[in-house]
Amino acid sequence: MADRTLPIEGSLDLTPPRERENTWLDTLHEWVVTVDHKKLGLMYMMMAIFFLLVGGAEVLCIRIQLAWPNNHFLSPQVFNRFFTMHGTTMVFLVGIPLVFAFGNYIIPLQIGARDMAFPRLNAFSFWMTLFGGLLLYYSFIGGGGLYGLGNAPDTTWWAYAPLTARAFSPGHAMDYWALALIVTGFGTLGGAINVIATAISMRCKGMTLMRMPLFTWLLLVDSGLLLITITPLTAAQIMLVIDRYLGAHFFDTQAGGSATIWMHFFWIFGHPEVYVLVFPAFGIASEVIPVFSRKAIFGYPAMVAAGVGIAFVSMGVWAHHMFTIGMTSVSNAFFVLSTGLVGVPTGIKIFNWLATMWGGKIRFRTPMLFCTAFLFQFLLAGLTGIMLSVAPWNWQLHGSYFVIAHFHYILVGAIVFNTFAGIYYWFPKATGRMMSETLGEWHFWLFFIGFHMTFDTMHFLGFEGMPRWIYTYPADRGWANLNLVVSIGGLIQGVAVLVFAYNLISSLSKGKIAGNDPWDAWTLEWSTPSPPPPYNFATDPVVQSRRPLWDLKHPEDPDWKYEQ
Amino acid sequence: MSATTLVPNAVTLPEQPWNLPSRGRVAMYCLIIGESAIFTIFVVAYIYYIGRSLTGPTPKDVLDVPIFNTICLFSSSVTIWLAERAIDRNLVRTFGLWWAATIALGLVFITGTGIEWHRLIYQDGLTIRTNLFGTTFYSLVGLHATHVVVGLSMLLLVLIFTLTGHVRHEHSERIQVLALYWHFVDAVWVVVFTVVYILGR
Repeated sequence: MADRTLPIEGSLDLTPPRERENTWLDTLHEWVVTVDHKKLGLMYMMMAIFFLLVGGAEVLCIRIQLAWPNNHFLSPQVFNRFFTMHGTTMVFLVGIPLVFAFGNYIIPLQIGARDMAFPRLNAFSFWMTLFGGLLLYYSFIGGGGLYGLGNAPDTTWWAYAPLTARAFSPGHAMDYWALALIVTGFGTLGGAINVIATAISMRCKGMTLMRMPLFTWLLLVDSGLLLITITPLTAAQIMLVIDRYLGAHFFDTQAGGSATIWMHFFWIFGHPEVYVLVFPAFGIASEVIPVFSRKAIFGYPAMVAAGVGIAFVSMGVWAHHMFTIGMTSVSNAFFVLSTGLVGVPTGIKIFNWLATMWGGKIRFRTPMLFCTAFLFQFLLAGLTGIMLSVAPWNWQLHGSYFVIAHFHYILVGAIVFNTFAGIYYWFPKATGRMMSETLGEWHFWLFFIGFHMTFDTMHFLGFEGMPRWIYTYPADRGWANLNLVVSIGGLIQGVAVLVFAYNLISSLSKGKIAGNDPWDAWTLEWSTPSPPPPYNFATDPVVQSRRPLWDLKHPEDPDWKYEQ
Repeated sequence: MSATTLVPNAVTLPEQPWNLPSRGRVAMYCLIIGESAIFTIFVVAYIYYIGRSLTGPTPKDVLDVPIFNTICLFSSSVTIWLAERAIDRNLVRTFGLWWAATIALGLVFITGTGIEWHRLIYQDGLTIRTNLFGTTFYSLVGLHATHVVVGLSMLLLVLIFTLTGHVRHEHSERIQVLALYWHFVDAVWVVVFTVVYILGR
């Protein structure tokens, strides 16, 4: 397959690049000053994987602490800091960078552009995100205050008022938290603007909106959602900083301020954020499933419409995080119904992916394994979501391990699984080498088993009444065995991620040479060499259908004859 | 799979024009949408806290409606529009004049805000920590004033380029993108003015 020629013959500059003195300082300099969307995409990816390991290490400590009753592995204070940092890290320093890692690398290649619309803004956004992350972690060193030397935010990742006020959170840990999120927020805003401008204004000739690959479509919708999602968080953080530094009273209940309004502001951001994080996973599924089922995606227009629909509905569901604060019945009913409504477009997506696989010639390579698991896990996560969206049920289980199980089913079962799928799928494009299939299967099965041990079991812990945020529990509650299973599952996932990390690093030098198009795929990125040259396309491609490479490979039966 | 040589598809559809929106404009509209969300949160907080301060002073006691400032700011939208039109017609000198007028009007506005704040702080004793009114008032009006200052800095930069002869007709597009931001800052003032000086009093 590797010997396929490029779609436009003679279009590439095949002279070898100028030999550089490749000292490590040159290489480092090249990466620091780069504005190339591919390098920035890889840097976002490296950042995400690095913080995934950090956040994962934190949660493993938490799971060791909870494995036995009355355990003393972590002190209560450190436990609080670790689950706060775990949540903040995974959302802002793993999830968001992953959106832009894939977005940056793939979108320009998929739409036949030479770079993002604003390369320098792109670099700026990346460095803002990275330094925001470093600022957050600096709080371990610099966050000292009344607590002593090292300190870190310990107020959970949604940081409810008035716990965040100076009186209750002395020292600078909360300040680092708020400032870090403002800084990464600007990076995110810049990235989102860039993706939208790229997808709208940089498409190659013939790439109408209804011919855009679904991955690009979903990232476009995702970035639109980010514009109105990350900014309310920035606004709320500015208010928090004003409260803490200037003595204002936004969230100061002593002066008539409201703690509830922080909850509203936070979840207006926080709920759509979940969709923001899951959209790239949808996009990856929409690329991987057709290619590995050897069929065009089923119901392309419905997939686009469902994506836009999810984005719209997700803006009106935030208070389902707040059923227990005592809202009016009308508000409760509204948020129950609006949350249920999200199930409709999401269901359309699941059915369309299944219909794509139906009757296809499925090849279960590693990316497809992860995507298949994603389908089931995402469905289950949606079902527990519907359960939790029903206010009376929510009153029973709010703040229990059932909730943790539910949202980790999305965040790990859908997002992390498909992130792995995406990495296995596009690794050959980015590096020119295949990742090891054997290690990939080991990684998949270990992660799959560990995932289900951990998060399936957590549902039952929730039913048995185990609350979140407790650092330990007495032996007579009957939670001990299940907690041990959860913790062992967590460790298995940790081992799986190490297998993945080893696979990633060893495949860089030892992997099979991939060629341009190892999966026999159909979107434009597979028409470039692997890895693509800095300019991507020597001449601007022209497309006539949603699957330009199919048209090239099958001139007797091109897609554009059938598409409207 | 066979290694047949693939050539670009020879069957080409009739040549269609391929025009995409300008990326600068798209990006500015996106920025405006994002900024609107930030302002929405501050406006919601302001409206939510109207009349909830536990101590005085209240808006009724201390706020005067800044009619003159408001007229100046709204006029600056007109002058910047005239400037845009001038550069579009390649009248660089006229452009410079209207552009300078815009900056002058913006400066009048921001000075007016400064005078108002000075009076509120030193005569009426209202600071950001006095009560909820002070908190929300200085934050919302201050957020808008920050945007005015950022806008003025960018306008000033373009004025310097104009005076040194670097602005030409081909920059018309970029100037219009920048002007979009200024129009947005003005439009936000409509909301802030209504909420703070009319509803809030």
